[in-house]
Amino acid sequence: MIFNPTAECMPVPERKELQLKKLRETVSRAYKNCGFYKNKMDRVGVKPEDIQTLEDISKLPFTTKDELRETYPYGLLSVPLSEIREVHTSSGTTGIPVVGLYTEHDLRMWGESAARCLAMTGATKDDIIQNGYGYGLFTGGLGIHHGGRTLGATVIPISAGNTPRHLQMLRDFKTTTLTCTPSYALYLAEAAREAGVDLSETALCRGLFGAEPWSENMRIQIEKRLGIKAYDIYGLTEIIGPGVACECTEQHGLHIHEDFFYPEIIDPKTGKALPEGEKGELVLTTIDKTGAPLLRYRTKDITYLFRDACACGRTTVKIHRLMGRNDDMLIIRGVNVFPSQIEEILAATEGLQPHYQIIVDRTGNHLDSIELRVEVDEASFSDETKEMEALRRRLQETIKSKLGINAKITLMEPKSIERSTGKSQRIIDKRKI
Amino acid sequence: MALKQISVFLENKSGRLAEVTKVIGDAGINLLGMTIADTADFGILRIIVTDYEKTMKVLTENRFTAKMTDVLAIEVSDTPGGLSHIMEVFCKNNINIEYLYFTIDRRSGKHLVILKTEDPNQALAMIASNGLTALSSLE
Repeated sequence: MIFNPTAECMPVPERKELQLKKLRETVSRAYKNCGFYKNKMDRVGVKPEDIQTLEDISKLPFTTKDELRETYPYGLLSVPLSEIREVHTSSGTTGIPVVGLYTEHDLRMWGESAARCLAMTGATKDDIIQNGYGYGLFTGGLGIHHGGRTLGATVIPISAGNTPRHLQMLRDFKTTTLTCTPSYALYLAEAAREAGVDLSETALCRGLFGAEPWSENMRIQIEKRLGIKAYDIYGLTEIIGPGVACECTEQHGLHIHEDFFYPEIIDPKTGKALPEGEKGELVLTTIDKTGAPLLRYRTKDITYLFRDACACGRTTVKIHRLMGRNDDMLIIRGVNVFPSQIEEILAATEGLQPHYQIIVDRTGNHLDSIELRVEVDEASFSDETKEMEALRRRLQETIKSKLGINAKITLMEPKSIERSTGKSQRIIDKRKI
Repeated sequence: MALKQISVFLENKSGRLAEVTKVIGDAGINLLGMTIADTADFGILRIIVTDYEKTMKVLTENRFTAKMTDVLAIEVSDTPGGLSHIMEVFCKNNINIEYLYFTIDRRSGKHLVILKTEDPNQALAMIASNGLTALSSLE
């Protein structure tokens, strides 16, 4: 089923016209109502009238994640504050989270984006969606929730965690559609097997998985173990969370809702736009968001764009499944973690050297695990194990509260971690994604 | 006076104990007592040695994390109830013990219990008034 055939199957030239119109409106509004964008555009001498074609978008300066933090909390507000209906933020792992401000219009657009994604995978109003993304400030839970409501489906807002209850609801409520992180899907499969629940006997037939990197190999595993079709859904807090793009039942690339989000691929080094088919950094401009539009946002996600004659009938451009990141951000169980944040915590923890190594793995239970190896300070070394354990526990708790992840902490001898000038050796990602 | 003890932080990896004991042995230092506290990931080696300054020097030179602490070495009678008597004295005086281990004073052949308490000086005063003997050196 196609949720909005007019928008999704529109002939490409017609859509380009629509995109240009929406882009010009967005840029004009941003320039007029948001000092942040006005200053940026004035600095490079660009006026809204300079946007005459879609290609003219390259005249606009990029927006970066750092700028989003600098403008916290309301710096990107482009409407009166009273128009804002919902506020979301990233996990705020650096202390300053990235903020999403949604008007009624934006929530409808978000709901439709997620509804289109659900429909792409074959879900209809008759489906029962078990939403295993976290509810709250995280866009995952409410994003799918809005989408399910817009589609007219039944949503079970079970949120993340509590695996036994997931299994019970799945069985008892005849869930057809599961939404969660791909690693949690595999974990659930394992838990089902241990609990003697045969998932192939349940009504579950599809899942939309995202918020962390995964691969074709994981898709095969998920499809086999859960007896379902597994679809990749893409989103980021900065734009709208889940629903920016999604695979259709062809499972060949993720359709972007081009009438909402204008994608570009750039060379991350030069910032120059790259043609369709060439791999680079995905840059997104929201052309249907009013509360806090994003112009040329550098996602740091690496992929390429392609437009094929998709058998599903949609004419929207696709992105290839994400192929990596253009920075050192780690995504661990859906939580974004920058090594610099771990550095900051170590620097603030008495008794530990800022020498560390992060080992990320995806082990037996299919969930990401993170081990942080840190060197003990000679001054803080104690002959009592309880003191050393307390030091370790303190660090573990700080990481849990600030980054939202459970890390295994291993205390190391001073100078035992190899010193390197680059950051690469500090992070060992063993995940076979 | 309290007895000096050296503690060494050891990662839980094979060969580490062999390395640290080799460093000490090669420097001509004799081990007079030792114990290891182990956790899943690391261990803390605690040793009584013949030359503390030299031990600290060679350990540091060989990139071990070492630390000197004060412990108590109390003579314990080699008969049933020997340790129990000492524990009773500590308990009555409300002195907590962080850890303990045993060694032998090679000069007298007497058994010794090595004890770590929060405040060794307070414990020393209590030891003397209860007829126990504490040694400040095993040389």
